[in-house]
Amino acid sequence: MSKRIRILIAKPGLDGHDRGAKYVARALKDAGYEVIYTGIRQSPEAIAKTAIQEDVDFVGLSLLSGAHNELFPEVVRLLRKEGAKNIIVFGGGVIPEEDISFLQEQGIEAVFTPGTPIQKVLNFIESKKEKVLA
Amino acid sequence: MDKFKKIEEQKKQWEEKTLNKVLERFPEQKETFTTGSWLPVERLYLPRPFSEEEYLENVGFPGQYPFTRGVQPTMYRGRFWTMRQYAGFGTAEESNRRYKYLLEQGQTGLSVAFDLPTQIGYDSDDPKSVGEVGKVGVAIDSLEDMELLFDGIPLDKVSTSMTINAPAAVLLAFYIAVAEKQGVPKDQLRGTIQNDILKEYIARGTYIFPPKPSLRLITNIFEYCSKEVPKWNTISISGYHIREAGSTAVQEVAFTLADGIEYVQAALNAGLNVDQFAGRLSFFFNAHNDLLEEIAKFRAARRVWAKIMKERFGAKNPKSMMLRFHTQTGGSTLTAQQPDNNIVRVTIQTLAAVLGGTQSLHTNSRDEALGLPTEDSVRIALRTQQIVAYESGVTNTVDPLAGSYFLESLTDKIEEKVWNYLKRIDEMGGMVYAIEKGYIQKEIQDAAYRYQKEVEKGDRVVVGVNKFTMEQEPPKEILRVDPNLRKVQAERLANLRAKRDNAKIQKTLNALKEAAKEEKENLMPFILDAAKAYATLGEICNVLRDVFGEYQESIVL
Repeated sequence: MSKRIRILIAKPGLDGHDRGAKYVARALKDAGYEVIYTGIRQSPEAIAKTAIQEDVDFVGLSLLSGAHNELFPEVVRLLRKEGAKNIIVFGGGVIPEEDISFLQEQGIEAVFTPGTPIQKVLNFIESKKEKVLA
Repeated sequence: MDKFKKIEEQKKQWEEKTLNKVLERFPEQKETFTTGSWLPVERLYLPRPFSEEEYLENVGFPGQYPFTRGVQPTMYRGRFWTMRQYAGFGTAEESNRRYKYLLEQGQTGLSVAFDLPTQIGYDSDDPKSVGEVGKVGVAIDSLEDMELLFDGIPLDKVSTSMTINAPAAVLLAFYIAVAEKQGVPKDQLRGTIQNDILKEYIARGTYIFPPKPSLRLITNIFEYCSKEVPKWNTISISGYHIREAGSTAVQEVAFTLADGIEYVQAALNAGLNVDQFAGRLSFFFNAHNDLLEEIAKFRAARRVWAKIMKERFGAKNPKSMMLRFHTQTGGSTLTAQQPDNNIVRVTIQTLAAVLGGTQSLHTNSRDEALGLPTEDSVRIALRTQQIVAYESGVTNTVDPLAGSYFLESLTDKIEEKVWNYLKRIDEMGGMVYAIEKGYIQKEIQDAAYRYQKEVEKGDRVVVGVNKFTMEQEPPKEILRVDPNLRKVQAERLANLRAKRDNAKIQKTLNALKEAAKEEKENLMPFILDAAKAYATLGEICNVLRDVFGEYQESIVL
C-alpha cells in the first residue's frame, strides 16, 4: 500500500491574509492528502522544524506582504541544512511575475498567483509524487 | 389595503397572460437567483402592505433615528464624502511625498498604511521584521519617523486615519506629539485610529496581546480621548477584513456589530457613561460587486446599530446611535488577470458605497492583485470617486434608492439575518468567547470555501479568471520597495538610541510597566511620556508584552 502524501501549508512572515492558505489546505484535504496548517506569523525556523517533525513531503508557503524573496528561500535553506533534501517547496500569494524565476532558482519549485485554479496545484503535486515517494 | 389586493390580482393575470408564455419559449438562465452572498432574489418585487407607522419606525428620515436613510439630513448635497486613499510604503520620507501628491490631486483626508512590523509592535531592526520593513506600508519606529511622515502637512488642516490596532495607543501618542511640535493642540486634532482588536483575532492577524488587556487599552483610549482629543474617532470597528476573509455581506455586518457591542460593554464595565464615548465610535465596511445587496447592507447596518445603542445600551444622545462609516472597495474582488477590468469593478463598488451613504471612501487601484499600486493607478482610483461625485448625479438626493421594492425588502432581510447572528453570539456568551471557540472564523471560512468552489466549478463567473480569459497578459508595471530599507531604518534607530536621553527612556518605560500592572490606571499618559522621550515603538510594546503576555491564535480549518 502506498504511503499517503503529507503536505504542510505554512504562512511565513507577518501578514494575516490566510484566506488563500486555508482554501488550499482544505481543498488539498478534500483531494485526499494529509494536510497540516501552521497558522499565521510563522518564522522560517518554525516552519522548517514543523516540516521535519511532521515528516511531510511538500511545504506550501503563502505570503501576501511582499516579503517572499527574503522568506521563501530561507525556508528552503533551513530545510536543506537540516538534511531534508526531498521535501518539495512551493509557494503562492501576491507575487510579481518577475520574482518567480528568482524563487525557482532558490528551490521553490512552483509559484501560484491569484486566480490559479486549484486543479493546477493538484496537478503539480501529482507530477512530483513519484519523486517524493521514491 | 385594497390597492394591494388589486396588484395581487393583476399579478396573477400578468403571470398567466404574459410571463408564462415567455418562460415557455425562453426559460430563465438559472432556476434560482441569489445575491453575491446567497440571499434569494425573486423575479419581481411589488409594492407591499407597508403602513405609515412601519415606514416611520424602520425607514424614517435622514439624520434621524434609526438612520436607515443616512446619518446626515442633507447627505452629499451638503458635502461629499471624504476621499481618503490608504497609502504608505517604504520610509517616512517617501510616504510623505505620496501624501503631498495625493493632497495636491484633490484628496481630502490622509490614510496611513503602516508596515507589518509597525502594526505588530516590532522595531525595524527586530529579527522578526526581516523582509517586511516598508512593504505593505510605511515603517515607523519612533517619534522621529512620525515627524518625517507629517513634515510640512499641517495637522490642524487635514484629518488623518491610521490603520493601526494592537499598538494604536502608541501611534496616537506619536501623532499627538508631532502635532504639539507643530503648535497644534490635541483638542484640534481630527482623525481616526482603527483600534479594533477583535477583528484582528478573527481575520486580519496583527494582534499582540490577549483580549482582556487589549480591551483595556481600547477603553483607556476612549476615556483619554473623550477628555483630551474630543474630535478624534477612537475606533473604526471593521467589517472590511472579515469580508475580505470570505464572509457573506450578512456576516460582515453581524460580526462587526457584535464586535461593537463588546467594545461598548467593555467601556461601560470600566465605568464610562455611554454618551461620553459612543459618539466617537466609527465603522469601516467593504464594498463588493453585488451593487444592490451592498447598498441594502449599509442601510441595514445603520438601522441595527441605532437600535442596539438605543435599546440595549440606553444611549440618549442621537450621535451615540449613528453608524458613521468609512468604506473601502473590495480588495479580494480584484483580479490579477486583465487588471484594467478592475477599474470597472471599483466603479460599481464606489456606487455601492455612495448609494449606501458612506462618510469616507478608499478606492482600490487596478493593480493591487499584482503588488503595490503605481502612482498612475492610484490617480485613476481617486478619479473614479471624483467622477461619481461630480458627474454621476447620484449625490443630488438623499438615499436615492429608498422605496425600491427590492432594495427595501433586501434591507429587511439582511437586518433579520443580522439579528439572528447577534442572538446566537449572545447565547454563546459574547464575541470574545465566540472568537476563542473559533465559531466566527469557521462561519467565515465555510462561506469562503463555498465561494471559491463556485468559482472553480464555473458556477460563479469572474470575468477574465474563469470566463472571457486571455492567453497573453499585458505587461505589468508595479511599484518596488527598496529591499535595503531594513538597513536604512536600523541605522536610523542606532543613531536615535545613541543621541537620546536613555536614562529618561528607562524612567518612562519603568513608569509604564508599573502602570500596566495596575488595572485601574489609564495607560495613555504613560505611553505619551515614553513616546515624547523618543522611546521606540518596539520598546514600548515589549514593556506591555512583559506584563500582558501575547495572544495565541486558535487555528481553525
